[in-house]
Amino acid sequence: MVTELPWDEETGTLRRDLAAGMMNPACKHAMEAALQLREKYGASITAITMGPPAAEEVLREALAMGADRAVLICDALLAGSDTYATSSILARAIQKEIPGCDLILCGAYTSDSETAQVGPQLAEELQVPSAAYAEHLEISGRTLRVRRLVDNFRETLEMECPALITVSMERYDPRYASFAGLNDAFAQTEISVLNAEALGITAAEREAYGSRTRVRRVFVRSAQKRNVVITGAAANAAAEFLDKYQRKISAVIGKSIETKKQAQT
Amino acid sequence: MKKKSIWVFGDYRNYYQNRVTLQLIARAVDLAREISAEVCAVVVGHDLEEWIWEYTSHGADRILAIDHPTLTSYSTEHYLILMERLVRERDPEIILIGATDFGREFAPRLAKRLKTGLSADCVGLDITPDGLLVQTAPSFGGNMLAEIVTEHHRPQMATVRPGTFREIPHDNTRTSVVERLPLPAHLPAPRVRLVEYERAAQKEHTIENATVMVCGGRGMGNKKNFKKLDELARLLDGDVGATRPVVFSGWAGHDALVGQAGKHIKPKILFSFGISGAIQHTAGLGEADFIVAINKNPQATMMKMADVAVVADAGDWLNHLIRELKKRIRE
Repeated sequence: MVTELPWDEETGTLRRDLAAGMMNPACKHAMEAALQLREKYGASITAITMGPPAAEEVLREALAMGADRAVLICDALLAGSDTYATSSILARAIQKEIPGCDLILCGAYTSDSETAQVGPQLAEELQVPSAAYAEHLEISGRTLRVRRLVDNFRETLEMECPALITVSMERYDPRYASFAGLNDAFAQTEISVLNAEALGITAAEREAYGSRTRVRRVFVRSAQKRNVVITGAAANAAAEFLDKYQRKISAVIGKSIETKKQAQT
Repeated sequence: MKKKSIWVFGDYRNYYQNRVTLQLIARAVDLAREISAEVCAVVVGHDLEEWIWEYTSHGADRILAIDHPTLTSYSTEHYLILMERLVRERDPEIILIGATDFGREFAPRLAKRLKTGLSADCVGLDITPDGLLVQTAPSFGGNMLAEIVTEHHRPQMATVRPGTFREIPHDNTRTSVVERLPLPAHLPAPRVRLVEYERAAQKEHTIENATVMVCGGRGMGNKKNFKKLDELARLLDGDVGATRPVVFSGWAGHDALVGQAGKHIKPKILFSFGISGAIQHTAGLGEADFIVAINKNPQATMMKMADVAVVADAGDWLNHLIRELKKRIRE
């Protein structure tokens, strides 16, 4: 993944391609939920993602975990899409590739918090009922029952399928992909790759599918930090550090930290 | 010309812990000055008088309130329908929503319905000279910040992390224009049915909600040194976290793993002992308010990310810090 500024000066977008090779931890939990639902109720699982060619690895991981098939939406035209555009495109792909699917699962959080919006926005685009942060899922007939924890409230919700759920990281701890699964994932299963044209997104629709936000600038967070550097003998440096910052620490932990008279002499 | 308006969504669940609505009103007051707008708090629910009064005394110029028994419990779907309608009627310039669990689910859906942009979990909001809202949000696992604008669509929408801004002190001499709006006649039944809900028991303590974190990496040298982090954590009422190499070496359990493959932490104070700052680890660090990094190598990424970078052997400095703290702490 990325260690340097993944900022593309030419296009003015984040270089997501540099971060594309790993499945998001939250998505693994969603994948695990899908696998458990399949074990209990029977189903076919399609893993779908949008990204540069390197995103194929994420799909291989999903196949190794047990997905039945995988779809990659990949087109240079779609690079730099924000969550608004991404959810529009994903919806189009789901309608085309998995028509009549009963349940769509997404990760509820990502380390890149921005993308956590895609699930709820996809639900709007598909016009299906939806709930975020699911910790437990049950299906009876066409009714989906969801247990979740939101803002310190435990809720039980019900809705009819098709529905879209984002899965919390509190439950559904992901299984490890088996070696056999990994081998199969690389050797056997074809990944369908779709571009904008295959999805039927025409130039005329660019406005409808286009990003609403623009990133003006990206900067390293530490640029905001004061980054005071302390050097010197460890004994003095520890005392110097506390002299400067003990009040700050004291305020956070609610314990008094004070320099005693004799400590100063 | 109609006066511009900045809206703040009134999220009042867990009110006494959750001050984000008041914090957003305070920031909206600053932003409104720059674009000559009014600050409007929108509040939906039942028995709203307390919130109307609170939002007024904390700085809102106008309150839009929809108060009805149907709205007694939070319903994302109902709130979406009502907000979409209000926004279309009144065309606010900006909508700010707290990045609570509710807000993070509600705001993206509202933005989608309004066909406008949204940035999530902002840690800064400013106005450009030409009046655009600059939304500063963490990107790439929190290591970087992005300045985001919504240029061509309205309203400009952002969710904001609680604690980012400071509320204006309560002043009950303030007044506002309160508009009490009726519930629309044909509010459809929500497709998502709330079967039951209860307030959760106090959240169990995990490193994910620790206020002080003491993290150690391979730079601690050995297991014996690493174990001393426990003592610092105890002195500071904090918890110990570890990098992946440390967990693989058996110096710490998997529960302590912080990073992409482990826990995501968001402490107020983070001590980082002998950690270089590989992305696999830093991806698990939220926005710690105050980071202290200790490393022999001043060029380590973690040292660059720190508020205070101590150039020293991590194990050695830890011993001295513990000794100094024991002299100074009154338990």
